[in-house]
Amino acid sequence: MSEAHSDSFDLKDLYDEDIDPDPESRADRAKRFLEMNIVAPARIAVDDWRALVGGAILAFFLLMGTVGVWLVERPTSGDAPVLAAPFESLAYPLGTDVFGQPIHAQLIHATPGMFKMIFAGAVVSVGFAALVGVVAGFEHGTRIDSFLMTITDVVITIPGLPLIIVITAIFQPENPYIVGVFLGIDNWPGLARTVRSQVLSIREESYVEASEIMGIPLSSILRRDILSQLMPYVMINGALTSRRIIFESVGLYFLGILPFTTFNWGVMMNLAYEGNALTRPDMLPWMVAPMVCIFLLSFGLVLLSQGLDSLFNVRLRARHAKTSKKKGTSKNNQSQATGGD
Amino acid sequence: MTPKYLLKRLGQAILTFLVTMTVSFLLYQAMPGGPTEAMRSVILSQSGGSVDIDRLNRMIQLYTNVNPDQPMHVQYFNYASDVILRQDLGTSFFKNEKVTTLIMQRIPWSMFISVYALALGYSLSIFLGVMTAYREKSRFDSTVSSLIIGLNSIPYYIVGVVLIYFLAIQNNYFPTGGRIGSGIVAGYNPEFMLSLVKHAALPAISMGALATSGALAMRGNAIRVLGEDYIRVAQLRGLRETRIATQYLGHNSILPMYTQFMIGIAGVFSSAVIVEEVFAYPGMGLLMFEAVKTQDYPLLMGTLIVFTAISLTAIFIADLTYTLIDPRISVGEE
Repeated sequence: MSEAHSDSFDLKDLYDEDIDPDPESRADRAKRFLEMNIVAPARIAVDDWRALVGGAILAFFLLMGTVGVWLVERPTSGDAPVLAAPFESLAYPLGTDVFGQPIHAQLIHATPGMFKMIFAGAVVSVGFAALVGVVAGFEHGTRIDSFLMTITDVVITIPGLPLIIVITAIFQPENPYIVGVFLGIDNWPGLARTVRSQVLSIREESYVEASEIMGIPLSSILRRDILSQLMPYVMINGALTSRRIIFESVGLYFLGILPFTTFNWGVMMNLAYEGNALTRPDMLPWMVAPMVCIFLLSFGLVLLSQGLDSLFNVRLRARHAKTSKKKGTSKNNQSQATGGD
Repeated sequence: MTPKYLLKRLGQAILTFLVTMTVSFLLYQAMPGGPTEAMRSVILSQSGGSVDIDRLNRMIQLYTNVNPDQPMHVQYFNYASDVILRQDLGTSFFKNEKVTTLIMQRIPWSMFISVYALALGYSLSIFLGVMTAYREKSRFDSTVSSLIIGLNSIPYYIVGVVLIYFLAIQNNYFPTGGRIGSGIVAGYNPEFMLSLVKHAALPAISMGALATSGALAMRGNAIRVLGEDYIRVAQLRGLRETRIATQYLGHNSILPMYTQFMIGIAGVFSSAVIVEEVFAYPGMGLLMFEAVKTQDYPLLMGTLIVFTAISLTAIFIADLTYTLIDPRISVGEE
């Protein structure tokens, strides 16, 4: 008995010389969890202005689409004088259009439709991409994989915009959710390929192999080892996909291909552009205001996607979790970290 | 270059073409109320008066190559053989001309601006990506990177609108639209050439803006390559900076981008639809836009099929050049 005790003590001496032998208490573990998952990301977010600004812009538009719609009345023709100049009256701070509708109210009432479209499009394309990518990656080398990848390659090379234009010209969708789903059709293949190659490289990791050897069911491996690793990619690409959905939907409204049933930034641009707003300074606000909105929202999404990139970066998170070593990492250090990837 | 690799890519291109053709056939069938109902009013407005159903179906067959009278598989077979064997995409409802003739007149113009847009956008994104990576964390890097992020947040058609406003309306550097100045004789004379370039410049630049989205990914790749040992060895050998930047860094960081660039080709080509409308540039995109506006379904489907065929050809050509850049491709797969 005493011999065994001394034996184990010796082993500890041998192996754990510089490791703290005390077991981790529950409080410590909770603290560490908090540190890794909440404090460190928040610190990175504050540190990384991109995530902060991107999130703020997105929050602003979300408020515009929810609270703003309540606060500002739905504009109708003849609400205000025609083509009022911006920044002159509190009732219509951004001026009015040729029908006498305040521009700011049109912008605000276009936001919910925009978000519905983005939501539907992003969910469809990201969800489909993740499904195809994970299945193909897991069935790597089988017929299912090559079948899925053939479809992916086919959809990648079909020019998306003309296809969407033909589809919308025939079905004339009015519901923003359906418009979003249509736009999602050509946005999934690129992400599906990325997800697949991610799954392939994650599968090679030793911990996944270990889980397989240990006989852990496939569903748990998928959920715990693979999906958690994929989330960053899916989130980042979700933001970028949303940007593409905005570009395409506004583009189609701007062209006048989608039916003008609701307020939309693209519809405003179309009406203004058709009315030669570019050569008439009094109509310019009508054209510029939606353009600025589109730019801001896409800019926010791009910034957010880049901020998320560092938010999900495990190495960065670990560095920020160590309270002793905060910021001020030398240039050398950082370039080595990126170079060693 | 292994024949197997080429054959595989060729097969993929053919498959994609067949899929697009099938989709366009299915879209005819999926029209609300069926093809006969959907196209009845358009055809009636064209010919005037009333026609009985047989005559209507015959007219639909004449225009679209799809005869709603026949069973589905016969329809599909006829449609496919018309498209593939006879290169017949039907007849336009309103222009009373073969769709292929109409499209052929427009293709050179669209190719002109698309190819320049691709060359401009891709060379710019490769150049900027490598340069920013080479001077990582300098002021040049942060300025250019922010500019690229900003540019990527502006839809290319808005870039076009802004360009028109500042360069064509406020200042008369470029024309606001069209493809050639009025009263200029076509031919190999300097006025014609200059007018051609001036009209194509703004559309090509705004489409090129779409193609610069690869710059940041290129930068990331180049930074990764910079950490490789062979770059250090090259520096230790005392090679010139320009040689390291182009032959070592540039060459190796383009490789992973190649697929992305090839995928981008389809995107840039299809952006012609919106850009040509903004600039009133009479290429294929504008033709497609007119077809949508007039519900000219044969023309619409025809432009979709031709857009696909052009993108596939361009991607296949790009594929051929891949072997020049990546020596590994001659060894085997991936």
